Amino acid sequence: MTIKDIFNDMSYGPAPEGTDKVDQWLAGHKDGFGLYIDGKWIGSKGDKSFTSSNPANGKKLAKLAQAGDADVDAAVKAARKAQPKWESLGGHGRAKYLYALARLLQKHARKFAVLETLDNGKPIRETRDIDIPLAVRHFYHHAGWAQLQESEFPEHTAIGVVGQIIPWNFPLLMLAWKVAPAIAAGNTVVLKPAEYTSLTALMFAELCQEAGLPAGVVNIVTGDGSTGELLVDHKDVDKLAFTGSTEVGRLIKARTAGTGKKLTLELGGKSPFIVFDDADLDAAVEGLVDAIWFNQGQVCCAGSRLLVQEGVEQALLEKIRLRMQTLRVGDPLDKNTDIGAIVDKVQKKRIEGLVQQGVEQGATLWQPERQPDSAFPDAGCFYPPTLLTNVDSSNIVAIEEIFGPVLSVLSFRTQKEAITLANNSRYGLAASVWSENLNRALDVAPQLKAGVVWVNCTNQFDAACGFGGYRESGFGREGGREGMFEYLAPVRGKTAAEQDLPVPEVSGQQQAGIDQTAKLYIGGKQARPDSGNSLPVISAKGVQIGLVGEGSRKDIRNAVEAAFKAEGWSRTSAHNRAQILYYIAENLGYRADEFTARLVSLTGVDKKQAQREVELSIERLFFYAAWADKYDGAVHQPPLKGVALAMNEPLGIVGIGCPDAAPLLAMVSMLAPVIAMGNRAVLVPSQRFPLLATDLYQVLETSDVPAGVVNIVTGARDSLMQVLADHYQVDGVWYCGSAEGSARVEAASAGNLKRNWVNHGIARDWFGAEGAGREFLREATQVKNVWVPYGDSI
Amino acid sequence: MDLLNPGTGFRPEWLEDLHVNQSAVERRVATLKNRRSLKKEWQAAWLLKAISCIDLTTLSGDDTPGKVRRLCGKARNPVRADILEDLGVADMALTTGAVCVYHSMVKTAVDALAGTGIPVAAVSTGFPACMSPMELRLKEIEASVADGATEIDIVITRAYVLTGNWQALYDEVLAYRKACGKAHMKAIISTGQLATLNNVAMASMVCMMAGSDFIKTSTGMEAVNATLEVSLVMIRMIRRYHELTGYKVGFKPAGGISTAKDSLNYLVLIKEELGHDWLNPEMFRFGASSLLGDIERQLEHHVTGSYSAAHRHPLG
Repeated sequence: MTIKDIFNDMSYGPAPEGTDKVDQWLAGHKDGFGLYIDGKWIGSKGDKSFTSSNPANGKKLAKLAQAGDADVDAAVKAARKAQPKWESLGGHGRAKYLYALARLLQKHARKFAVLETLDNGKPIRETRDIDIPLAVRHFYHHAGWAQLQESEFPEHTAIGVVGQIIPWNFPLLMLAWKVAPAIAAGNTVVLKPAEYTSLTALMFAELCQEAGLPAGVVNIVTGDGSTGELLVDHKDVDKLAFTGSTEVGRLIKARTAGTGKKLTLELGGKSPFIVFDDADLDAAVEGLVDAIWFNQGQVCCAGSRLLVQEGVEQALLEKIRLRMQTLRVGDPLDKNTDIGAIVDKVQKKRIEGLVQQGVEQGATLWQPERQPDSAFPDAGCFYPPTLLTNVDSSNIVAIEEIFGPVLSVLSFRTQKEAITLANNSRYGLAASVWSENLNRALDVAPQLKAGVVWVNCTNQFDAACGFGGYRESGFGREGGREGMFEYLAPVRGKTAAEQDLPVPEVSGQQQAGIDQTAKLYIGGKQARPDSGNSLPVISAKGVQIGLVGEGSRKDIRNAVEAAFKAEGWSRTSAHNRAQILYYIAENLGYRADEFTARLVSLTGVDKKQAQREVELSIERLFFYAAWADKYDGAVHQPPLKGVALAMNEPLGIVGIGCPDAAPLLAMVSMLAPVIAMGNRAVLVPSQRFPLLATDLYQVLETSDVPAGVVNIVTGARDSLMQVLADHYQVDGVWYCGSAEGSARVEAASAGNLKRNWVNHGIARDWFGAEGAGREFLREATQVKNVWVPYGDSI
Repeated sequence: MDLLNPGTGFRPEWLEDLHVNQSAVERRVATLKNRRSLKKEWQAAWLLKAISCIDLTTLSGDDTPGKVRRLCGKARNPVRADILEDLGVADMALTTGAVCVYHSMVKTAVDALAGTGIPVAAVSTGFPACMSPMELRLKEIEASVADGATEIDIVITRAYVLTGNWQALYDEVLAYRKACGKAHMKAIISTGQLATLNNVAMASMVCMMAGSDFIKTSTGMEAVNATLEVSLVMIRMIRRYHELTGYKVGFKPAGGISTAKDSLNYLVLIKEELGHDWLNPEMFRFGASSLLGDIERQLEHHVTGSYSAAHRHPLG
């Protein structure tokens, strides 16, 4: 084209980023890459390999080793060997290495950006301006956490060896999110990058060498899903961190059930993008560009579900269509490209399939004309930006994660309806809310089931702000203080096995006097068990001293229903919750003698010990009443003009399975933090000593505890807990009992990926320091980060 | 030239649903700069376009006829002939979009540009503060039009914006409009003194309702003049007004745009947000005095591969 032609058509022309340095690097590895284990490059023992290619043109980039059994084992061994020394290096010692990694990454930023674009297909603008700078920032931020570890995380140690499996959509950034906090906290890692996109991880391994990171601290094994499975199943891995699909997350959750491996899962989403009629619509349109046409829509927190208020729906759609016409799909290496290549043809097929189904189910499809001056290599794997309107809430494109540049549009009438629609999803990763009325936005944000809420912005990330999901989007947080806790374990005293006591045969006489048949406690009322059966409660001396209801599936169902209806508890003020807990403590105090006698009679402890247990139970209620209005969130200052509000929110409905040991104190120690933080509880008491729970509900009844906040179902604890763990309406399960029971809870929780806190059969000293504390509060809450940019002055 | 915008009645309801989120505007601007890149011939062609859109300006108390004639010479031949030759555009008869002066220099400029088709713009209405009596402001317009100015850059009473007196603003601009007759009117809203982007949006809208052919950011005399942020808000209002009325209003950022790179950022902003119809001097102008010098140096660099120097290009 001549300059005159361009003067007339004002086209952009090509602006390719150079690839010389990366080409050179790849040429240096033309014989293939090894695995990075114990600070060395080694070939795969199985001698299997696979190739990585550029999705924008189909050309092969490199040959990679497929790590097998022996390789994964060698990597885990290397990590195990390196871990104690790495941890004992201390916070400052580790901080220096993390700082060095950050600096090195920054120095090689352009090389990483180009390589990422070649391997993944995402536009160079994004790798250059977003992926790499955020990865660098993550290492800097976590150099800081390493430095502060001793003072900020006292009584915590590293977990040990961490297996990390990351996805292909943000290869280096996800590596940073995984590796930085793990090694900052003193863990060592074995990381498996996604098979489509391993190259930046391998380049990062070279940086580890350059930084002189001790051998074995970071190990990188390449391979497909089978390598990942080896890592998941490896017996000597203490923790697994996975980012990827909900489907695979569920498998990992089920497979690791009962292994004692700590788990964080960052999974899929169908995040709502809510536009109210008082929003800056032009701003919202740009938000959508960042939400769904960023990284080809291959973003777990992509705002893929547009919920728009009916009155502005047409105006917004017109603006969206106009904007879509200026999106440039093409060569990812071109600096003018907005939408690059889809990572692989398998993925492209999946997008096409889902869109086709959506259209068959009634959606109207709209795609813009291709930009005349944007290059679009035919050999590449491209998919145009796509708008789907007339989408019913039952349409597959309103429900399933597409993981492509496809926006589904639904409308709403009122704020209330917007929230209901937004939460009408199995996922809960992120949401964004657009309104110029901050009263409205800040009212809506806490009501959304999402780990991150962006007000008048979207897809903002920062290392200081935790990121992670609610519901089937996973659990655990990455980034910030909460992210560090995922890689730390509280120091525990000496460990003993939890003893589940057998319920003895009746050997003595039934106690004389009035028959005592305790009912279940559901929805604030005493309820007969659905089964119509009762179980005897036997004293320490073998005398039957009463009966309790034999709870069943249906009673659990009823209890969960009652807990669901008690949703107001989660919104009531912290002061109010504290008052109720104090009141429970007060009323328990009035009946201290009665509970003491009950403990003596049931468990056979001496009176002094029983008194101590009752007193400590009262103290514990005070403790969590005290915390109720003090377990505050945080206000982060991310690098934008505004704040990110980290709110500690309740999980929702929590199932609690109590141990036989210290039956009153353990029960109170678990129940109190759960309700103090605003959860509603379905509690299954000690199977051996259930009368303490049924006595307790008489205390609850006199303490103004709203109906449904605490529900008590007696009976066969482990099978009842399994029903709770399996229940889709239950958000978390705490369990303290046998190792087998723990495993069953974890396995059953895979269904809706609820959060678990189980003891894996290890007893807790309820009378000691580990019987209460912040750990309980953390387990009873989840952090939601609400980003609120502001400014209205020029 | 026909007028671009006959205007509408005062439509306060068009102001009611305007919402500008400043933070989002800032993000759009920040990323836009990195979203588009112009290399080689494309960069050269876009810089030539920028030149064609410049209102080459001198607004100084010490302007003399000699200085203005020299400026007009530069407007006629903004780039050294040999550079244009090398770029292959010697036959394009490239000129700047206009020359912009105070009233007392209008005649000089009109004479100096006779036969070139380059319009003369006059800043007017008590520029830059708009604090003189209304009848004098109207007379000033009439005098400049009488002297041959075909474009009048008016200033508005900022107090009307800051107190939300939109009717008064409308009336004022409408009166200017009438005084301009057949001359194009560019309404300078002085964004740097309007406090918020929402005010910028509403002032833009009111000025268009009152028949402005162009809306313009600044006088160049405010502490903060044209920025990409206020420009984004103004051109979104132009788009909105076009949707509402079918009339296309032009845009002129002015003040502080002094580098070739700046000018490309503005052109990209226009292309992305308004489209091709606005990428020409009929619909878009830069109010600038030193911008041309930097563009000339960039163009010479494009041709020779060596970085240029100011003294190699004729003074404007």
